[in-house]
Amino acid sequence: MNAAAHGETLAAVSNYVFPNDLHVHWSLMIVLYPYITGLVAGAFIVSSLYHVFHIKSLKPVARFSLLFALAFLICATWPLLNHLGHPERAMSMMLTPNPTSAMAGFGYIYSAYFIVLLLEILFIFRPVVVELGKTATGFKKRLYGILSIGSDNVSVKALKLDHKIIAFLAAIGIPMACVLHGYVGFIFGGIKANPLWATPLMPLIFLLSACVSGIAGIIFSYILIMKVSGRKIDVDCVQTLIQFLWGFFILDFVFEMLELFSHFYMATHHWHTLEALYSGPLFNTFWVYQVGIFSVIPFFLLMIMSLIRFKDSLLLFFAPIVSVMILLQVLLMRWNVVVGGQLMSKSERGATTFHPMWFEKEGLLPAIIIMIAPVVILWFIGKVLPFWMDKDSAEAA
Amino acid sequence: MNEIDIKKEIQKDRRAFIKNVLSGAIAGSLLVVIPAGAALDERLPEQIPGMRGDKSTFTKKRFAFVVDVTACIGCGSCCVADKNEYNVPDGNYRTWVERYVIDDHDGVFVDSPNGGLDGYTKPRTDIPHPVRDTFFVPKLCNMCEKPSCVQVCPVGATYKTEDGFTLVDQKRCVGCGYCIQACPYSVRFLNPVTRTAEKCTWCYHRVRKGLLPACVNVCPVHARKFGDLNDKNSEVYKILREPHVISVLKPGMGNQPALHYLGLRREVV
Repeated sequence: MNAAAHGETLAAVSNYVFPNDLHVHWSLMIVLYPYITGLVAGAFIVSSLYHVFHIKSLKPVARFSLLFALAFLICATWPLLNHLGHPERAMSMMLTPNPTSAMAGFGYIYSAYFIVLLLEILFIFRPVVVELGKTATGFKKRLYGILSIGSDNVSVKALKLDHKIIAFLAAIGIPMACVLHGYVGFIFGGIKANPLWATPLMPLIFLLSACVSGIAGIIFSYILIMKVSGRKIDVDCVQTLIQFLWGFFILDFVFEMLELFSHFYMATHHWHTLEALYSGPLFNTFWVYQVGIFSVIPFFLLMIMSLIRFKDSLLLFFAPIVSVMILLQVLLMRWNVVVGGQLMSKSERGATTFHPMWFEKEGLLPAIIIMIAPVVILWFIGKVLPFWMDKDSAEAA
Repeated sequence: MNEIDIKKEIQKDRRAFIKNVLSGAIAGSLLVVIPAGAALDERLPEQIPGMRGDKSTFTKKRFAFVVDVTACIGCGSCCVADKNEYNVPDGNYRTWVERYVIDDHDGVFVDSPNGGLDGYTKPRTDIPHPVRDTFFVPKLCNMCEKPSCVQVCPVGATYKTEDGFTLVDQKRCVGCGYCIQACPYSVRFLNPVTRTAEKCTWCYHRVRKGLLPACVNVCPVHARKFGDLNDKNSEVYKILREPHVISVLKPGMGNQPALHYLGLRREVV
């Protein structure tokens, strides 16, 4: 009578899942949603490091990261709309929101951030747009006319005013990017019914992993686009990005582990459930992949790359590899939080299983399409607004 | 003389019988043609005293649901009644019944195949040690005083009525599933047909007409009890007032359920 003698009520011999918990309601689309908004927030931080904190070596990617953020921000709502049972009613969240709902704020935060990002891009690109507008013809000329916000004044005085506005937008953009992603973390962190989600650390972890994924995304796409288009890669810029990536990743990884350690140390009755989850259904995706392969290896790689100045060719070889690993780490983290949290039943006695299908509404194929869409959009944006400045126009700007 | 009388009587009866059948059939078919819902409801005796006379939008009654764990026999009648009442799609459950088996090594075995819909007709055969105790626990919406689902619904499609019922407006629900995540009791699901959130309503539509919830109505052992706590004669009032072993599920969640369990065991989550 050992268990009963100590009031142990949870001798979970049988795997019992509440009948309504067998189905995982939030699947791939809700994994992608924080992943995409994270990329947006992180890319914006990269741009702000230059525009607000004057990290000069990041100049080559400062503009590109804004466009990168825009492309992903355009797609941020897609997985949500695809997930909703009634997407045609989605606007109700903004028109008649329930003020106590953590989810109801997303529309407002998203829209406000979209406006700030768009304005910042328009002001930063205004001189370039005016320049391009002069030589363009037909539809493109009209497009550049609209993008220049109706002013072709590129005098020193006008540009000075532009710079003031840009600095202001970038400055308010940082807290907004933090709110955007910290808030996404809160959507999960505020659910007391789910012990994996319900932690005040959740917004922080989401925010830090957002920064990490954004920086990694910028490093990878910058090197890739440069290599493909045969331009010269600014090694200083890559080195600085790697250092920032390491810095943010230290915080991110440490807090992820601290969160788990707190649960383990406090060992409330919730730990019983979480322990079963981490040692069971999440063992591979969490311990082996997220922590073992895609956190520990990049952690030391980044450390070495930050502390020792590699030869250029070596740096440019490892930088994309470590970036992709970090991108996968964050994707795995989203998966383990979103899907992992739903695997354990609220019965506290068992776990369900989840295997994504290829062709269902929220399956792998739609997920891949949604992840490719921002890349395509970015390519189109690149046709209108140049990612990189040639020397002359860079100086002019 | 006697014989004739009997024959006459039989013929009379026959005539009366045919008359009754015919009038019944006509009345029945008329009922099919003429929508007479209210009249039908009122033909049934009032099951919640004072409900029929109450014409206000929201009643002043304070309803509570009591499940007697010591009484439930796991027949599944409540689940069948519920599925029929709401045409619940297979694999989703507005209510279900769990079976607990505890062996003499304190191993707790819980299951609820098909939500207990088919009843528990066969004993479990996978218990390694002699069974020391077994009982059934019906589950349904807890009708919380502080419902998490209402808090998180982004569009206010899940709401609490002034008389304490948490309901879902299927015309407003966007089908995001946030309420499903937020409910500590997992009583919610996304209806695959309407693509909106759904859950037990304690049969609000029946209660408003003075009838007991469908599951309470069919329970053969009176394990499910429903009534008004403001009515000092109601059974639920008496149970909650008297010194019984009474608990709610997951009290630590702070949701303050109006669903109470009589004789709840500590093994139940």
